[in-house]
Parts: sequence; structure tokens; C-alpha cells
Amino acid sequence: MSNYIKLIVLGLITLLAMIAANYARDVAYMVNALTIALVAGGFFLWTLRHTDEETSDVDLSGEYMDGVVRAGVIATSFWGVVGFLVGVTIAFQLAFPQLNFDWAQGYANFGRLRPLHTSAVIFAFGGNALIGTSFYVVQRTSAARLWGGNLAWFVFWGYQLFIVLAATGYLLGATQSKEYAEPEWYVDLWLTVVWLSYLAVFVGTLVKRKEKHIYVANWFYLSFIITVAMLHVMNNLSIPVSVFGSKSVQVFSGVQDAMTQWWYGHNAVGFFLTAGFLGMMYYFVPKQAERPVYSYKLSIIHFWALIFIYIWAGPHHLHYTALPDWASTLGMVFSIVLWMPSWGGMINGLMTLSGAWDKLRTDPIIRMMVISVGFYGMSTFEGPMMSIRAVNSLSHYTDWTIGHVHSGALGWNGMITFGALYFLTPKLWNRERLYSLSLVSWHFWLATIGIILYAASMWVTGIMEGLMWREVDANGFLVNSFADTVAAKFPMYVVRGTGGLMYLGGGLIMCYNLWMTVKRSPAVEATNSTVPAE
Amino acid sequence: METYSLLREFADSWMLLLLFGFFVGMIIFVMRPGGTKTYKDVADIPFRHEDKPAADGGPAKEA
Repeated sequence: MSNYIKLIVLGLITLLAMIAANYARDVAYMVNALTIALVAGGFFLWTLRHTDEETSDVDLSGEYMDGVVRAGVIATSFWGVVGFLVGVTIAFQLAFPQLNFDWAQGYANFGRLRPLHTSAVIFAFGGNALIGTSFYVVQRTSAARLWGGNLAWFVFWGYQLFIVLAATGYLLGATQSKEYAEPEWYVDLWLTVVWLSYLAVFVGTLVKRKEKHIYVANWFYLSFIITVAMLHVMNNLSIPVSVFGSKSVQVFSGVQDAMTQWWYGHNAVGFFLTAGFLGMMYYFVPKQAERPVYSYKLSIIHFWALIFIYIWAGPHHLHYTALPDWASTLGMVFSIVLWMPSWGGMINGLMTLSGAWDKLRTDPIIRMMVISVGFYGMSTFEGPMMSIRAVNSLSHYTDWTIGHVHSGALGWNGMITFGALYFLTPKLWNRERLYSLSLVSWHFWLATIGIILYAASMWVTGIMEGLMWREVDANGFLVNSFADTVAAKFPMYVVRGTGGLMYLGGGLIMCYNLWMTVKRSPAVEATNSTVPAE
Repeated sequence: METYSLLREFADSWMLLLLFGFFVGMIIFVMRPGGTKTYKDVADIPFRHEDKPAADGGPAKEA
């Protein structure tokens, strides 16, 4: 019966999407509408083929739902490599402008590829890592199967559709010009539907948990899901110019719009890239170190302090703008206060290894997790420092900011995700161990040296750029033109691209290693068996 | 503008006090006597139920 309803809905969506493609006012909208028509049509056929087949009513509550987590591992690895590749491409486009090929002008030049890179690494790589690991962690720490049955699969595939719609839209010119929130109105609406389903699955699982206490990792994941929902909706309030076009107009304007954007932008860092990934840290570091977290009390204080303070830090992105001084001072002060919870969390993560430091020599996965927590500490030291108004007057609009973001993203988010993927793959595919630990070591060193090249070159070029911009001669005239700084940055741009290339190489090695783990590693005696509970 | 002034005054006084009180209360609650034992137990949650959910009815203890 439910299949008939599904068929009607999918058929209607396909039809409406085709009508929308027909009346489309721009190419991006047309391609997105055709994508939706194709996906909905495909699901229509699939559902049709399976209608009136016998469904087996096996009780699955005795096992975890791991299929969707496996899919998450595959998607994370895939989008990771795609995102790194686009990043390396645009890094070399900056160094060698000839790489903005004439034949690809308007589709694959820096301006179109840059949002593709940021969204691919943050939302596709990071987002899939968060969704996949949160589904894994919430089941294990609640001792319950995911709530909502196939709703988890809807979240997974719905999220992939969001990524594809956003990515193709960027290349064809659909953007609302908000950093890290570029997707246009209909993609935003779709993400809202997917995200609320994600919230439902997560909370539903927590509600039917068998453990009395909600483990701290779930608190972090939950705050990430709720806050991102709130940020996403508030920052994307817009009115489409036409239902058949991708262009929309923001409801806020001027400084209100800027403030909302950076309230969103900084909390995307705070809750997507920090709180969510801290959820990963609080589960996977103890698991890999085989000992409980250093101080559970500290982890609770860490959680509340982090979410109480992060939400206020956004205005530090708008120093020396039309934003009132008191607001940017408030943002700066809260950013500095953030030192405390950030470093409390870092100490908690690192000290989890106390008494097991020897594992650093033998286990490259724990090494990856430790360096990730180290980078978390480094970038959360650097960030508050850069939010101080006087420092910001030197660093803002320079490459220093880009270096800072990448030491956090490549170092903290990337490395903890790699660690989690190496932990999860043997578990999820019932393998005794990884295919090769020495390949993990290769990945570790390539990624680490890559990050160092990246961050160091961006420090040099950023500070140089900032100093060149403010240099004035005895008569008060600016000494350097903008083009002078661009020319001076060339060697550092090449170093940065090289660092990115090494990081990409590490990612490819990881994919090979994970693939061979599934294909070649010996299987363990299945304990996560197909035998259902009675 | 009236709404702004009203909300601003509330935010600067009662809401601030409420949030601050919640925060301090949370720290005191975490440090409560007997908390250490509870937290020692719950810190071990990741090491139970690795392979399958807890059985129905009985509270979660062993995996």
C-alpha cells in the first residue's frame, strides 16, 4: 500500500521537475530540475519494480543498522578526494593564471571552482563524515538500532542529492553569494527537509536508548544538528525572483545581512566543524586508545562552555566595517574567552592517552588522532588571536586567514576523519585489521608535511601581504600597488599548491588502503550476525 | 524600534542572569558529591554494546 503512495508522489515530483526544466529561466535551474527529474524518475521505476513483492518481516531490532554507515564511509572517502582535487586545482590556478583555460571560461575558472572546493570539503567530505559517524556512535552509545527504519537512508541519499545540486549549480553560476551558504533557495529548502529528517533519526534513536545516560559524544552531535538547522534557516531567508529561476533576493540587507551571514559563517565553523567533530573525538579517541576519556566531568563543562560562547563570536569577521564597534568588540571578547573551552577539550582529548603514550609509536591511527587534536589546539589558539582587532587589521583579507582555516580543516577535521575511517572500515566490513599499516603511516606523513607546507607558506605570504598593503612612504603615499603583492606571493603559492598535492596524495593512498581492506583482509568470525533477535 | 528596546533590555538583564545562573549551576552540578562514581561508570559507555543493541527489557549492562 505504501508503495502506491510512493509511486504517486515520485511520479508527481518527476512531472513537476520536468515542467520546471521546460520553463527554466537559467541553465543552472534547468540542469538542477533535470537532475531531480532523473532521480525521482529512477526511484519511481525502482519502486515500481519492487511493488507487490513479498516483504520479509524480520525483526531487525537485535542488530545495528550499519549499511548506511558503510555508505557514509564510501561517500566520505569519495567526496574527500574530489574536494582535495578541486582545492589543488584552484591553488595552482592562483599560482599560474594560465590554468584558467579560455575554453572553460565561465565554468571552470577560479571564481566558479572556489565555492565548489569549499562546499565539497566542508559539506560533502565533512558532512558525510559527520552523518556517517553520528549514526555509528549514537547506536553504540545508546545500545539501540537507529530509529525510523529507512529514514536514515533518505537522509543519506537526500544529502548526496543536495551536494550534487549545489555543485552543478555553482559551476553553472547559481549562487546567492554568501560564503559557505552559496546554494540557492530551492537547494536550501531541500537541505532543510533532509536536515530535519536527520534530526528526527538522531533524536528518535536517543529516545529509545537502553543506556540511561546520554554519552557526551551524542551531546556534541545533537548540538551540531540543532544549531546547523537554526543557522541554515536564518541565514537563507530569501525570496525567489521566479519559481522557475535560481535567482533569489535576501530578506535582510546591508549590515544586518552581513551580521547574519557571519553569525552563520562562524557558527558553521563552531558547530559543524568543531562541535560535530568533537563528538567524533569523544568516541573514536577513547575507542582507539582503549581507555575511557581522561575526565568525563571536564567533557561536560567543555560542552556547555563551548556552545555558550561560540554562538557570540561571529562579529569578529566584521572589524572595521559598518557594524557598530560594540558588536565587533563583543565578538572579539567572546572569541578570546573561547580559548578556555577549546583548550580544555584539547587537553581532555590528549590526556585520554595518559598511560598509553607508547601506542603513538606502534599505532599510526592513534598518531593521526593525536595530531588532529594537536591541530585543534593550534588553530583554536590562532583564531582568537586573529580576532583581536589590532591583529585583524594586519591579517584580514590576507592569505593568513586562508592558512588558519586550512590548519583547522586539514589538520583537525581531516585527520580526525581519517582516523575514524581507518577505525570504522575493518569494523563495518568485519575485517580483522586494515590492509596495511605502513600505508597509514605514508598517509600520515604526507598529510602532515602537506599541512605544514600549506600553513607555513600562508603565514609568510599573509603577513608579507598585510605589511605591504599598509606600507606608506614619507609623504604618506602607499608604496605598493595590489599587483606588487600578487607578484611577490608567487613562490609561496607554489609551495602551498605542493602541500595540497601531498595532502591529496595521502587521501588517495587512504582510499586504496580502505578498498584493499574490504577486498583482501581476512574476515573475522561474524559476531554482528544475520541471526535476528528472538 | 520599540520591540528592539524591549528585547534588548530583557536580554541585558534577566536573560543574561538566567544563562549565567544556568552555567554556574551546571558546573556546581558536575562537581556534586558522588558525581565521580557516576561519571566513571558512564565514561565506559563506548566499551559496551559494540556489536549489537541491548536486549529488550533488561537494562543495558553487558554486551
